[in-house]
Amino acid sequence: MQRLSTFLYRYPWLFILLLLLLPLGWMLTIYLGSLGALLVNSFFRLDDFTGQIVREFTLGTYAQLFTSANLDIVYRTTSMAVAVTLADALIAFPLAYFIARYASGRLKPILYLAVILPLWSSYLVRVYSWKLILAKEGIVSWLFSAVGLQGVLDAVLRLPSIGGPSLSVSSLGMFLAFTYIWLPYMILPIQAALERVPRSLVEASGDLGARPAQTFWRVILPLALPGVVAGSIFTFSLTLGDFIVPSALGNSSYFIGQAVLAHQGTSGNIPLAAAFTMVPIAIMAIYLLVARRLGAFDAL
Amino acid sequence: MRSSASARVTASGGGERRAPWPLTLAAIGALLFLHVPFLIIILYAFTTDEAAYSFPPPGLTTRWFGVAFSRQDFWAALGLSLRVAGIATLFALVLGTLAAAAVSRSRFFGRDSISFLLVLPIALPGIVSGIALRSALGLLEIPFSFWTIIVGHATFCIVVVYNNVLARFRRTSHSLVEASMDLGANGFQTFRYVILPALATALLAGGMLAFALSFDEVIVTTFTAGQQQTLPIWIFSQLTRPRDRPVTNVVAVFVVLATTLPILLAHRLSQAGDE
Repeated sequence: MQRLSTFLYRYPWLFILLLLLLPLGWMLTIYLGSLGALLVNSFFRLDDFTGQIVREFTLGTYAQLFTSANLDIVYRTTSMAVAVTLADALIAFPLAYFIARYASGRLKPILYLAVILPLWSSYLVRVYSWKLILAKEGIVSWLFSAVGLQGVLDAVLRLPSIGGPSLSVSSLGMFLAFTYIWLPYMILPIQAALERVPRSLVEASGDLGARPAQTFWRVILPLALPGVVAGSIFTFSLTLGDFIVPSALGNSSYFIGQAVLAHQGTSGNIPLAAAFTMVPIAIMAIYLLVARRLGAFDAL
Repeated sequence: MRSSASARVTASGGGERRAPWPLTLAAIGALLFLHVPFLIIILYAFTTDEAAYSFPPPGLTTRWFGVAFSRQDFWAALGLSLRVAGIATLFALVLGTLAAAAVSRSRFFGRDSISFLLVLPIALPGIVSGIALRSALGLLEIPFSFWTIIVGHATFCIVVVYNNVLARFRRTSHSLVEASMDLGANGFQTFRYVILPALATALLAGGMLAFALSFDEVIVTTFTAGQQQTLPIWIFSQLTRPRDRPVTNVVAVFVVLATTLPILLAHRLSQAGDE
Protein backbone atom coordinates (compact mmCIF):
# COMPACT_ATOMS: atom_id res chain seq x y z
CA MET A 1 0.00 0.00 0.00
CA GLN A 2 2.62 2.44 1.16
CA ARG A 3 4.81 1.81 -1.85
CA LEU A 4 1.94 2.06 -4.30
CA SER A 5 0.86 5.33 -2.73
CA THR A 6 4.39 6.77 -2.89
CA PHE A 7 4.82 5.55 -6.43
CA LEU A 8 1.64 7.31 -7.55
CA TYR A 9 2.68 10.47 -5.75
CA ARG A 10 5.98 10.50 -7.61
CA TYR A 11 4.41 9.94 -11.00
CA PRO A 12 1.42 12.31 -11.00
CA TRP A 13 0.74 11.87 -14.72
CA LEU A 14 0.30 8.13 -14.17
CA PHE A 15 -2.08 8.86 -11.30
CA ILE A 16 -4.15 11.18 -13.48
CA LEU A 17 -4.22 8.59 -16.22
CA LEU A 18 -5.52 6.00 -13.75
CA LEU A 19 -8.17 8.41 -12.49
CA LEU A 20 -9.32 9.15 -16.02
CA LEU A 21 -9.31 5.56 -17.22
CA LEU A 22 -12.85 4.71 -16.12
CA PRO A 23 -14.78 7.95 -16.77
CA LEU A 24 -13.04 8.74 -20.02
CA GLY A 25 -13.26 5.12 -21.16
CA TRP A 26 -17.00 5.16 -20.41
CA MET A 27 -17.67 8.39 -22.28
CA LEU A 28 -15.50 7.52 -25.26
CA THR A 29 -16.79 4.00 -25.82
CA ILE A 30 -20.41 4.33 -24.74
CA TYR A 31 -21.24 7.92 -25.63
CA LEU A 32 -18.97 8.83 -28.52
CA GLY A 33 -19.28 5.23 -29.68
CA SER A 34 -23.05 5.64 -29.79
CA LEU A 35 -22.79 8.92 -31.67
CA GLY A 36 -20.53 7.10 -34.13
CA ALA A 37 -23.10 4.32 -34.44
CA LEU A 38 -25.71 6.99 -35.13
CA LEU A 39 -23.63 8.42 -37.96
CA VAL A 40 -22.93 4.96 -39.40
CA ASN A 41 -26.60 4.02 -39.26
CA SER A 42 -27.60 7.13 -41.16
CA PHE A 43 -25.65 5.80 -44.15
CA PHE A 44 -27.46 2.44 -44.09
CA ARG A 45 -30.91 1.87 -45.48
CA LEU A 46 -34.02 -0.12 -44.70
CA ASP A 47 -35.04 -2.69 -47.27
CA ASP A 48 -38.71 -1.93 -47.93
CA PHE A 49 -39.62 -5.52 -48.74
CA THR A 50 -37.83 -7.48 -46.04
CA GLY A 51 -37.96 -4.77 -43.37
CA GLN A 52 -34.29 -5.50 -42.63
CA ILE A 53 -31.53 -2.91 -42.32
CA VAL A 54 -29.10 -3.21 -45.23
CA ARG A 55 -25.61 -2.47 -43.96
CA GLU A 56 -24.14 -0.97 -47.10
CA PHE A 57 -23.06 2.60 -47.65
CA THR A 58 -25.76 4.70 -49.29
CA LEU A 59 -26.83 8.34 -49.36
CA GLY A 60 -30.35 7.23 -50.23
CA THR A 61 -31.59 7.56 -46.67
CA TYR A 62 -30.53 11.19 -46.56
CA ALA A 63 -32.27 11.73 -49.89
CA GLN A 64 -35.52 10.55 -48.31
CA LEU A 65 -35.34 13.54 -45.95
CA PHE A 66 -36.00 15.93 -48.81
CA THR A 67 -39.64 15.10 -49.33
CA SER A 68 -42.05 17.95 -48.80
CA ALA A 69 -43.63 16.20 -45.81
CA ASN A 70 -40.27 15.93 -44.06
CA LEU A 71 -39.26 19.48 -44.94
CA ASP A 72 -42.57 20.58 -43.41
CA ILE A 73 -41.63 18.80 -40.19
CA VAL A 74 -38.25 20.55 -40.10
CA TYR A 75 -39.84 23.92 -40.85
CA ARG A 76 -42.56 23.43 -38.22
CA THR A 77 -40.09 22.43 -35.51
CA THR A 78 -37.62 25.20 -36.28
CA SER A 79 -40.23 27.94 -36.35
CA MET A 80 -41.59 26.71 -33.01
CA ALA A 81 -38.05 26.81 -31.59
CA VAL A 82 -37.62 30.40 -32.82
CA ALA A 83 -40.97 31.53 -31.40
CA VAL A 84 -40.35 29.85 -28.04
CA THR A 85 -36.86 31.35 -27.80
CA LEU A 86 -38.13 34.88 -28.46
CA ALA A 87 -40.98 34.54 -25.98
CA ASP A 88 -38.68 33.14 -23.30
CA ALA A 89 -36.20 35.99 -23.77
CA LEU A 90 -39.01 38.54 -23.37
CA ILE A 91 -40.43 36.92 -20.23
CA ALA A 92 -37.07 36.04 -18.67
CA PHE A 93 -35.34 39.39 -19.04
CA PRO A 94 -37.44 41.44 -16.57
CA LEU A 95 -37.23 38.74 -13.90
CA ALA A 96 -33.48 38.25 -14.41
CA TYR A 97 -33.00 42.01 -14.33
CA PHE A 98 -35.00 42.31 -11.14
CA ILE A 99 -33.03 39.52 -9.44
CA ALA A 100 -29.67 40.88 -10.56
CA ARG A 101 -30.24 44.58 -9.89
CA TYR A 102 -32.97 45.10 -7.32
CA ALA A 103 -33.39 41.98 -5.15
CA SER A 104 -32.02 42.53 -1.66
CA GLY A 105 -29.58 40.20 0.05
CA ARG A 106 -32.41 38.25 1.69
CA LEU A 107 -34.72 38.11 -1.32
CA LYS A 108 -32.08 37.10 -3.87
CA PRO A 109 -31.46 33.49 -2.75
CA ILE A 110 -35.21 32.94 -2.45
CA LEU A 111 -35.83 34.17 -6.00
CA TYR A 112 -32.90 32.11 -7.25
CA LEU A 113 -34.44 29.02 -5.67
CA ALA A 114 -37.82 29.95 -7.17
CA VAL A 115 -36.18 29.79 -10.61
CA ILE A 116 -34.16 26.59 -10.20
CA LEU A 117 -36.88 24.56 -8.45
CA PRO A 118 -39.13 24.36 -11.54
CA LEU A 119 -36.01 23.64 -13.60
CA TRP A 120 -35.22 20.53 -11.60
CA SER A 121 -38.65 19.29 -10.68
CA SER A 122 -40.44 16.84 -12.89
CA TYR A 123 -40.42 17.86 -16.52
CA LEU A 124 -43.24 15.46 -17.42
CA VAL A 125 -45.51 16.67 -14.66
CA ARG A 126 -44.93 20.24 -15.78
CA VAL A 127 -46.04 19.28 -19.29
CA TYR A 128 -49.00 17.46 -17.78
CA SER A 129 -50.03 20.60 -15.88
CA TRP A 130 -50.58 22.36 -19.22
CA LYS A 131 -52.86 19.58 -20.32
CA LEU A 132 -55.01 20.44 -17.30
CA ILE A 133 -54.69 24.20 -17.77
CA LEU A 134 -55.46 24.26 -21.49
CA ALA A 135 -58.22 21.63 -21.58
CA LYS A 136 -61.49 22.70 -23.20
CA GLU A 137 -63.17 22.52 -19.79
CA GLY A 138 -60.04 23.82 -17.97
CA ILE A 139 -59.02 27.01 -16.22
CA VAL A 140 -58.07 29.10 -19.26
CA SER A 141 -61.43 28.59 -20.96
CA TRP A 142 -63.12 29.24 -17.64
CA LEU A 143 -61.23 32.53 -17.20
CA PHE A 144 -62.09 33.68 -20.72
CA SER A 145 -65.79 32.98 -20.32
CA ALA A 146 -65.80 34.45 -16.79
CA VAL A 147 -64.73 37.82 -18.19
CA GLY A 148 -66.97 37.42 -21.22
CA LEU A 149 -64.23 36.93 -23.80
CA GLN A 150 -65.12 33.39 -24.88
CA GLY A 151 -65.56 34.74 -28.41
CA VAL A 152 -61.95 35.97 -28.52
CA LEU A 153 -60.61 32.54 -27.51
CA ASP A 154 -62.80 30.84 -30.12
CA ALA A 155 -61.62 33.28 -32.78
CA VAL A 156 -57.97 32.60 -31.91
CA LEU A 157 -58.57 28.85 -32.05
CA ARG A 158 -60.15 29.20 -35.50
CA LEU A 159 -56.93 30.74 -36.88
CA PRO A 160 -55.23 28.34 -39.26
CA SER A 161 -51.84 26.88 -38.24
CA ILE A 162 -51.86 28.14 -34.64
CA GLY A 163 -55.37 27.11 -33.60
CA GLY A 164 -57.12 23.79 -33.20
CA PRO A 165 -60.22 22.16 -31.69
CA SER A 166 -59.10 23.30 -28.22
CA LEU A 167 -56.02 24.95 -26.70
CA SER A 168 -54.81 21.56 -25.49
CA VAL A 169 -54.63 20.35 -29.10
CA SER A 170 -53.09 23.33 -30.85
CA SER A 171 -49.81 24.92 -31.85
CA LEU A 172 -50.62 27.80 -29.54
CA GLY A 173 -50.94 25.38 -26.63
CA MET A 174 -47.61 23.74 -27.52
CA PHE A 175 -46.02 27.17 -27.73
CA LEU A 176 -47.26 28.05 -24.23
CA ALA A 177 -46.08 24.75 -22.75
CA PHE A 178 -42.64 24.97 -24.42
CA THR A 179 -42.22 28.57 -23.29
CA TYR A 180 -43.11 27.58 -19.75
CA ILE A 181 -40.93 24.47 -19.63
CA TRP A 182 -37.70 26.09 -20.84
CA LEU A 183 -38.10 29.52 -19.19
CA PRO A 184 -35.63 28.89 -16.31
CA TYR A 185 -32.90 27.98 -18.83
CA MET A 186 -33.22 31.52 -20.19
CA ILE A 187 -33.45 33.32 -16.83
CA LEU A 188 -30.25 31.92 -15.31
CA PRO A 189 -27.70 32.93 -18.00
CA ILE A 190 -29.28 36.39 -18.39
CA GLN A 191 -29.12 36.91 -14.64
CA ALA A 192 -25.49 35.76 -14.57
CA ALA A 193 -24.60 38.16 -17.39
CA LEU A 194 -26.37 41.05 -15.65
CA GLU A 195 -24.61 40.31 -12.36
CA ARG A 196 -21.31 40.76 -14.15
CA VAL A 197 -22.12 44.25 -15.42
CA PRO A 198 -19.95 46.42 -13.15
CA ARG A 199 -21.96 48.86 -11.07
CA SER A 200 -19.31 51.51 -11.68
CA LEU A 201 -20.05 51.35 -15.41
CA VAL A 202 -23.72 52.12 -14.80
CA GLU A 203 -22.79 54.96 -12.45
CA ALA A 204 -20.29 56.34 -14.94
CA SER A 205 -22.96 56.36 -17.61
CA GLY A 206 -25.24 58.32 -15.30
CA ASP A 207 -22.44 60.72 -14.36
CA LEU A 208 -21.80 61.39 -18.02
CA GLY A 209 -25.39 62.54 -18.34
CA ALA A 210 -27.22 59.48 -19.68
CA ARG A 211 -30.81 59.10 -18.60
CA PRO A 212 -31.65 55.71 -17.00
CA ALA A 213 -33.31 54.56 -20.22
CA GLN A 214 -30.23 55.49 -22.24
CA THR A 215 -27.99 53.67 -19.78
CA PHE A 216 -30.19 50.62 -20.13
CA TRP A 217 -30.23 50.56 -23.93
CA ARG A 218 -26.61 51.55 -24.52
CA VAL A 219 -24.73 50.04 -21.59
CA ILE A 220 -26.66 47.31 -19.80
CA LEU A 221 -28.47 45.62 -22.67
CA PRO A 222 -25.39 45.18 -24.93
CA LEU A 223 -23.49 43.69 -21.99
CA ALA A 224 -26.38 41.34 -21.17
CA LEU A 225 -26.81 40.18 -24.75
CA PRO A 226 -24.31 37.28 -24.51
CA GLY A 227 -26.44 35.97 -21.64
CA VAL A 228 -29.56 36.11 -23.78
CA VAL A 229 -27.77 34.24 -26.57
CA ALA A 230 -26.48 31.65 -24.09
CA GLY A 231 -30.02 31.10 -22.82
CA SER A 232 -31.33 30.86 -26.35
CA ILE A 233 -28.96 27.96 -27.03
CA PHE A 234 -30.86 25.94 -24.46
CA THR A 235 -34.39 27.00 -25.36
CA PHE A 236 -33.68 26.48 -29.06
CA SER A 237 -31.88 23.15 -28.73
CA LEU A 238 -34.35 21.71 -26.23
CA THR A 239 -37.34 22.64 -28.39
CA LEU A 240 -35.73 21.10 -31.47
CA GLY A 241 -35.19 17.77 -29.73
CA ASP A 242 -38.41 17.38 -27.79
CA PHE A 243 -41.20 14.95 -28.58
CA ILE A 244 -43.07 15.01 -25.28
CA VAL A 245 -44.83 18.37 -25.67
CA PRO A 246 -45.92 17.77 -29.29
CA SER A 247 -47.19 14.29 -28.37
CA ALA A 248 -49.10 15.60 -25.36
CA LEU A 249 -50.51 18.85 -26.77
CA GLY A 250 -50.09 18.64 -30.53
CA ASN A 251 -52.22 17.35 -33.34
CA SER A 252 -51.22 14.81 -35.96
CA SER A 253 -48.56 17.07 -37.54
CA TYR A 254 -45.19 15.73 -36.47
CA PHE A 255 -42.21 17.48 -34.94
CA ILE A 256 -38.65 16.25 -35.58
CA GLY A 257 -38.54 14.33 -32.29
CA GLN A 258 -41.78 12.53 -33.04
CA ALA A 259 -40.60 11.63 -36.54
CA VAL A 260 -37.38 10.14 -35.13
CA LEU A 261 -39.33 8.22 -32.49
CA ALA A 262 -41.84 6.89 -35.02
CA HIS A 263 -39.24 5.80 -37.58
CA GLN A 264 -37.11 3.86 -35.09
CA GLY A 265 -40.17 2.43 -33.35
CA THR A 266 -42.81 0.43 -35.16
CA SER A 267 -41.14 0.34 -38.57
CA GLY A 268 -37.65 -0.23 -37.12
CA ASN A 269 -36.20 2.21 -39.65
CA ILE A 270 -33.20 3.22 -37.57
CA PRO A 271 -31.30 4.55 -40.65
CA LEU A 272 -34.01 7.09 -41.44
CA ALA A 273 -34.36 8.02 -37.76
CA ALA A 274 -30.58 8.51 -37.61
CA ALA A 275 -30.53 10.65 -40.75
CA PHE A 276 -33.41 12.72 -39.36
CA THR A 277 -31.46 13.30 -36.14
CA MET A 278 -28.66 14.88 -38.18
CA VAL A 279 -31.06 17.75 -38.94
CA PRO A 280 -31.24 19.17 -35.39
CA ILE A 281 -27.52 18.45 -34.97
CA ALA A 282 -26.72 20.46 -38.11
CA ILE A 283 -29.06 23.30 -37.09
CA MET A 284 -27.49 23.43 -33.61
CA ALA A 285 -23.96 23.37 -35.04
CA ILE A 286 -24.74 26.45 -37.13
CA TYR A 287 -26.49 28.07 -34.18
CA LEU A 288 -23.51 27.47 -31.90
CA LEU A 289 -21.11 28.95 -34.44
CA VAL A 290 -23.19 32.12 -34.59
CA ALA A 291 -23.58 32.15 -30.79
CA ARG A 292 -19.83 31.94 -30.33
CA ARG A 293 -19.33 35.00 -32.50
CA LEU A 294 -21.81 36.84 -30.26
CA GLY A 295 -19.76 35.92 -27.19
CA ALA A 296 -22.34 33.58 -25.69
CA PHE A 297 -19.82 31.03 -24.43
CA ASP A 298 -18.26 33.51 -22.03
CA ALA A 299 -21.70 33.87 -20.46
CA LEU A 300 -22.37 30.19 -19.87
CA MET B 1 -28.15 24.17 -18.10
CA ARG B 2 -29.22 22.32 -15.04
CA SER B 3 -25.81 21.19 -13.89
CA SER B 4 -24.03 24.52 -13.91
CA ALA B 5 -27.15 26.32 -12.74
CA SER B 6 -27.16 24.50 -9.45
CA ALA B 7 -23.56 25.39 -8.78
CA ARG B 8 -23.88 29.02 -9.64
CA VAL B 9 -24.96 30.97 -6.60
CA THR B 10 -24.58 34.69 -6.75
CA ALA B 11 -24.29 36.55 -3.51
CA SER B 12 -23.41 40.07 -4.56
CA GLY B 13 -25.37 42.84 -2.93
CA GLY B 14 -27.75 45.24 -4.56
CA GLY B 15 -31.22 46.49 -3.90
CA GLU B 16 -30.14 49.96 -2.92
CA ARG B 17 -32.88 51.44 -5.10
CA ARG B 18 -36.49 50.52 -5.59
CA ALA B 19 -37.37 48.82 -8.86
CA PRO B 20 -39.66 50.72 -11.25
CA TRP B 21 -43.16 49.31 -10.99
CA PRO B 22 -43.49 47.93 -14.55
CA LEU B 23 -40.34 45.89 -13.93
CA THR B 24 -41.65 44.58 -10.61
CA LEU B 25 -44.92 43.69 -12.26
CA ALA B 26 -43.21 41.82 -15.11
CA ALA B 27 -40.99 39.96 -12.63
CA ILE B 28 -44.00 38.93 -10.54
CA GLY B 29 -45.78 37.85 -13.73
CA ALA B 30 -42.86 35.62 -14.71
CA LEU B 31 -42.73 34.09 -11.22
CA LEU B 32 -46.47 33.37 -11.32
CA PHE B 33 -46.06 31.80 -14.76
CA LEU B 34 -43.37 29.53 -13.30
CA HIS B 35 -45.32 28.46 -10.25
CA VAL B 36 -49.09 28.56 -10.84
CA PRO B 37 -49.02 25.28 -12.84
CA PHE B 38 -47.80 23.50 -9.69
CA LEU B 39 -50.83 24.80 -7.78
CA ILE B 40 -53.07 23.48 -10.56
CA ILE B 41 -51.41 20.05 -10.29
CA ILE B 42 -52.04 19.96 -6.54
CA LEU B 43 -55.64 21.13 -6.91
CA TYR B 44 -56.50 18.47 -9.51
CA ALA B 45 -55.29 15.62 -7.30
CA PHE B 46 -58.32 16.36 -5.12
CA THR B 47 -61.00 16.80 -7.79
CA THR B 48 -64.04 14.51 -7.84
CA ASP B 49 -64.15 14.78 -11.64
CA GLU B 50 -62.87 11.56 -13.18
CA ALA B 51 -63.73 11.96 -16.85
CA ALA B 52 -62.55 15.49 -17.66
CA TYR B 53 -60.29 18.28 -16.45
CA SER B 54 -63.09 20.68 -15.49
CA PHE B 55 -62.34 23.91 -13.70
CA PRO B 56 -63.47 24.77 -11.09
CA PRO B 57 -63.52 21.17 -9.79
CA PRO B 58 -67.11 20.01 -9.14
CA GLY B 59 -66.04 18.77 -5.69
CA LEU B 60 -63.01 17.83 -3.64
CA THR B 61 -62.03 14.39 -2.33
CA THR B 62 -58.96 12.55 -1.07
CA ARG B 63 -60.12 9.17 -2.28
CA TRP B 64 -57.91 9.09 -5.39
CA PHE B 65 -54.82 8.84 -3.21
CA GLY B 66 -56.03 5.50 -1.93
CA VAL B 67 -56.97 4.36 -5.44
CA ALA B 68 -53.59 5.37 -6.88
CA PHE B 69 -51.56 3.76 -4.12
CA SER B 70 -53.40 0.47 -4.52
CA ARG B 71 -52.49 0.30 -8.21
CA GLN B 72 -50.04 -2.45 -9.05
CA ASP B 73 -48.75 -0.79 -12.25
CA PHE B 74 -47.91 2.38 -10.28
CA TRP B 75 -45.81 0.46 -7.73
CA ALA B 76 -44.10 -1.57 -10.46
CA ALA B 77 -43.16 1.57 -12.40
CA LEU B 78 -42.04 3.36 -9.24
CA GLY B 79 -39.93 0.36 -8.19
CA LEU B 80 -38.21 0.19 -11.57
CA SER B 81 -37.54 3.94 -11.54
CA LEU B 82 -36.07 3.84 -8.04
CA ARG B 83 -33.77 0.92 -8.88
CA VAL B 84 -32.64 2.52 -12.15
CA ALA B 85 -32.03 5.90 -10.48
CA GLY B 86 -30.20 4.28 -7.56
CA ILE B 87 -27.78 2.26 -9.68
CA ALA B 88 -27.29 5.01 -12.28
CA THR B 89 -26.46 7.42 -9.45
CA LEU B 90 -23.85 5.01 -8.05
CA PHE B 91 -22.19 4.76 -11.49
CA ALA B 92 -22.31 8.54 -11.86
CA LEU B 93 -20.83 9.10 -8.40
CA VAL B 94 -17.81 6.90 -9.09
CA LEU B 95 -17.18 8.11 -12.65
CA GLY B 96 -17.93 11.78 -11.94
CA THR B 97 -15.70 11.90 -8.86
CA LEU B 98 -12.78 10.22 -10.66
CA ALA B 99 -13.05 12.69 -13.53
CA ALA B 100 -13.30 15.66 -11.15
CA ALA B 101 -10.28 14.46 -9.17
CA ALA B 102 -8.20 14.18 -12.33
CA VAL B 103 -9.25 17.57 -13.68
CA SER B 104 -8.80 19.38 -10.35
CA ARG B 105 -5.30 18.06 -9.72
CA SER B 106 -3.38 19.65 -12.54
CA ARG B 107 -3.46 21.22 -15.92
CA PHE B 108 -3.00 18.71 -18.68
CA PHE B 109 -3.60 18.38 -22.34
CA GLY B 110 -7.27 18.00 -23.26
CA ARG B 111 -8.53 19.08 -19.85
CA ASP B 112 -11.22 21.36 -21.24
CA SER B 113 -12.43 18.71 -23.65
CA ILE B 114 -13.27 16.47 -20.70
CA SER B 115 -15.82 18.92 -19.31
CA PHE B 116 -17.18 19.35 -22.80
CA LEU B 117 -17.47 15.60 -23.38
CA LEU B 118 -19.23 15.08 -20.05
CA VAL B 119 -21.77 17.85 -20.61
CA LEU B 120 -22.55 16.76 -24.17
CA PRO B 121 -25.26 14.19 -23.27
CA ILE B 122 -27.41 16.87 -21.62
CA ALA B 123 -26.42 19.74 -23.91
CA LEU B 124 -27.40 18.02 -27.17
CA PRO B 125 -31.11 17.81 -27.95
CA GLY B 126 -32.59 14.93 -25.93
CA ILE B 127 -33.44 12.74 -28.88
CA VAL B 128 -29.83 12.80 -30.10
CA SER B 129 -28.50 10.92 -27.07
CA GLY B 130 -31.50 8.61 -27.15
CA ILE B 131 -31.35 7.62 -30.80
CA ALA B 132 -27.53 7.39 -30.63
CA LEU B 133 -27.70 4.78 -27.87
CA ARG B 134 -30.54 3.07 -29.73
CA SER B 135 -28.39 2.92 -32.91
CA ALA B 136 -25.49 1.41 -30.99
CA LEU B 137 -27.76 -1.24 -29.45
CA GLY B 138 -29.15 -1.98 -32.90
CA LEU B 139 -25.72 -2.18 -34.52
CA LEU B 140 -24.34 -4.52 -31.83
CA GLU B 141 -27.65 -6.43 -31.64
CA ILE B 142 -27.90 -5.93 -27.88
CA PRO B 143 -31.48 -6.50 -26.64
CA PHE B 144 -33.17 -3.91 -24.39
CA SER B 145 -32.89 -4.60 -20.69
CA PHE B 146 -32.74 -3.07 -17.23
CA TRP B 147 -29.05 -2.42 -17.85
CA THR B 148 -29.52 -0.60 -21.16
CA ILE B 149 -31.67 1.93 -19.27
CA ILE B 150 -29.00 2.30 -16.60
CA VAL B 151 -26.15 2.82 -19.06
CA GLY B 152 -28.10 5.64 -20.71
CA HIS B 153 -28.97 7.30 -17.41
CA ALA B 154 -25.48 7.02 -15.93
CA THR B 155 -24.05 8.67 -19.05
CA PHE B 156 -26.01 11.91 -18.62
CA CYS B 157 -25.82 11.88 -14.79
CA ILE B 158 -21.99 11.91 -14.62
CA VAL B 159 -21.77 15.63 -15.39
CA VAL B 160 -23.95 16.59 -12.41
CA VAL B 161 -21.70 14.80 -9.92
CA TYR B 162 -18.62 16.03 -11.77
CA ASN B 163 -19.66 19.69 -11.54
CA ASN B 164 -20.48 19.49 -7.83
CA VAL B 165 -17.34 17.60 -6.86
CA LEU B 166 -15.07 19.70 -9.05
CA ALA B 167 -16.42 22.89 -7.46
CA ARG B 168 -15.67 21.42 -4.03
CA PHE B 169 -12.14 20.33 -5.02
CA ARG B 170 -11.44 23.87 -6.18
CA ARG B 171 -12.51 25.31 -2.83
CA THR B 172 -10.65 22.73 -0.76
CA SER B 173 -7.14 23.92 -0.08
CA HIS B 174 -4.45 21.59 -1.38
CA SER B 175 -2.36 22.44 1.69
CA LEU B 176 -4.66 20.17 3.72
CA VAL B 177 -3.57 17.24 1.60
CA GLU B 178 0.09 18.25 1.88
CA ALA B 179 -0.22 18.63 5.66
CA SER B 180 -1.70 15.15 5.89
CA MET B 181 1.20 13.72 3.87
CA ASP B 182 3.73 15.67 5.95
CA LEU B 183 2.25 14.16 9.07
CA GLY B 184 2.99 10.72 7.69
CA ALA B 185 -0.31 9.62 6.13
CA ASN B 186 -0.03 7.75 2.85
CA GLY B 187 -2.22 8.53 -0.15
CA PHE B 188 -4.97 6.14 0.84
CA GLN B 189 -5.15 7.40 4.41
CA THR B 190 -5.20 10.97 3.13
CA PHE B 191 -8.08 10.04 0.84
CA ARG B 192 -10.03 8.33 3.62
CA TYR B 193 -9.49 10.88 6.39
CA VAL B 194 -8.95 14.21 4.60
CA ILE B 195 -10.32 14.22 1.05
CA LEU B 196 -13.45 12.12 1.52
CA PRO B 197 -14.80 14.14 4.50
CA ALA B 198 -14.18 17.36 2.54
CA LEU B 199 -16.12 15.96 -0.41
CA ALA B 200 -18.95 14.35 1.57
CA THR B 201 -21.65 17.00 1.18
CA ALA B 202 -20.69 17.65 -2.45
CA LEU B 203 -21.07 13.93 -3.16
CA LEU B 204 -24.42 13.88 -1.40
CA ALA B 205 -25.64 16.95 -3.29
CA GLY B 206 -24.36 15.68 -6.65
CA GLY B 207 -25.81 12.25 -5.94
CA MET B 208 -29.23 13.64 -5.14
CA LEU B 209 -29.30 15.81 -8.24
CA ALA B 210 -28.22 12.83 -10.35
CA PHE B 211 -30.96 10.76 -8.71
CA ALA B 212 -33.58 13.43 -9.44
CA LEU B 213 -32.36 13.74 -13.04
CA SER B 214 -32.56 9.99 -13.62
CA PHE B 215 -35.86 9.55 -11.75
CA ASP B 216 -37.53 12.06 -14.06
CA GLU B 217 -35.88 11.22 -17.39
CA VAL B 218 -38.12 10.13 -20.23
CA ILE B 219 -36.61 11.02 -23.61
CA VAL B 220 -33.47 8.88 -23.52
CA THR B 221 -35.36 6.17 -21.63
CA THR B 222 -37.92 5.89 -24.42
CA PHE B 223 -35.13 4.75 -26.74
CA THR B 224 -33.39 2.35 -24.35
CA ALA B 225 -36.18 0.72 -22.35
CA GLY B 226 -38.01 -1.52 -24.81
CA GLN B 227 -41.22 -2.70 -23.15
CA GLN B 228 -40.26 -1.73 -19.61
CA GLN B 229 -42.15 1.07 -17.90
CA THR B 230 -40.33 3.49 -15.66
CA LEU B 231 -42.56 5.96 -13.82
CA PRO B 232 -41.93 8.76 -16.38
CA ILE B 233 -42.80 6.38 -19.21
CA TRP B 234 -45.99 5.43 -17.38
CA ILE B 235 -46.88 9.13 -17.04
CA PHE B 236 -46.01 9.75 -20.68
CA SER B 237 -48.39 7.00 -21.78
CA GLN B 238 -51.11 8.72 -19.73
CA LEU B 239 -50.26 12.05 -21.36
CA THR B 240 -50.85 10.81 -24.87
CA ARG B 241 -53.79 8.48 -24.11
CA PRO B 242 -55.41 9.55 -20.83
CA ARG B 243 -57.19 6.56 -19.32
CA ASP B 244 -56.82 6.96 -15.57
CA ARG B 245 -57.04 10.70 -15.08
CA PRO B 246 -57.57 10.73 -11.28
CA VAL B 247 -54.72 8.28 -10.74
CA THR B 248 -52.42 10.31 -13.00
CA ASN B 249 -53.28 13.49 -11.09
CA VAL B 250 -52.24 11.86 -7.81
CA VAL B 251 -49.05 10.40 -9.31
CA ALA B 252 -48.20 13.88 -10.63
CA VAL B 253 -48.30 15.35 -7.12
CA PHE B 254 -46.27 12.43 -5.81
CA VAL B 255 -43.58 12.94 -8.47
CA VAL B 256 -43.39 16.69 -7.82
CA LEU B 257 -42.78 16.02 -4.12
CA ALA B 258 -40.33 13.19 -4.83
CA THR B 259 -38.20 15.42 -7.07
CA THR B 260 -38.55 18.71 -5.17
CA LEU B 261 -37.45 17.50 -1.74
CA PRO B 262 -34.05 16.07 -2.85
CA ILE B 263 -33.41 19.28 -4.82
CA LEU B 264 -34.10 21.50 -1.81
CA LEU B 265 -31.85 19.29 0.28
CA ALA B 266 -29.09 19.28 -2.35
CA HIS B 267 -29.35 23.05 -2.60
CA ARG B 268 -28.92 23.41 1.16
CA LEU B 269 -25.97 21.03 1.14
CA SER B 270 -24.09 22.86 -1.59
CA GLN B 271 -24.85 26.16 0.15
CA ALA B 272 -23.42 24.76 3.38
CA GLY B 273 -20.28 23.76 1.51
CA ASP B 274 -19.85 27.30 0.20
CA GLU B 275 -19.61 28.82 3.65
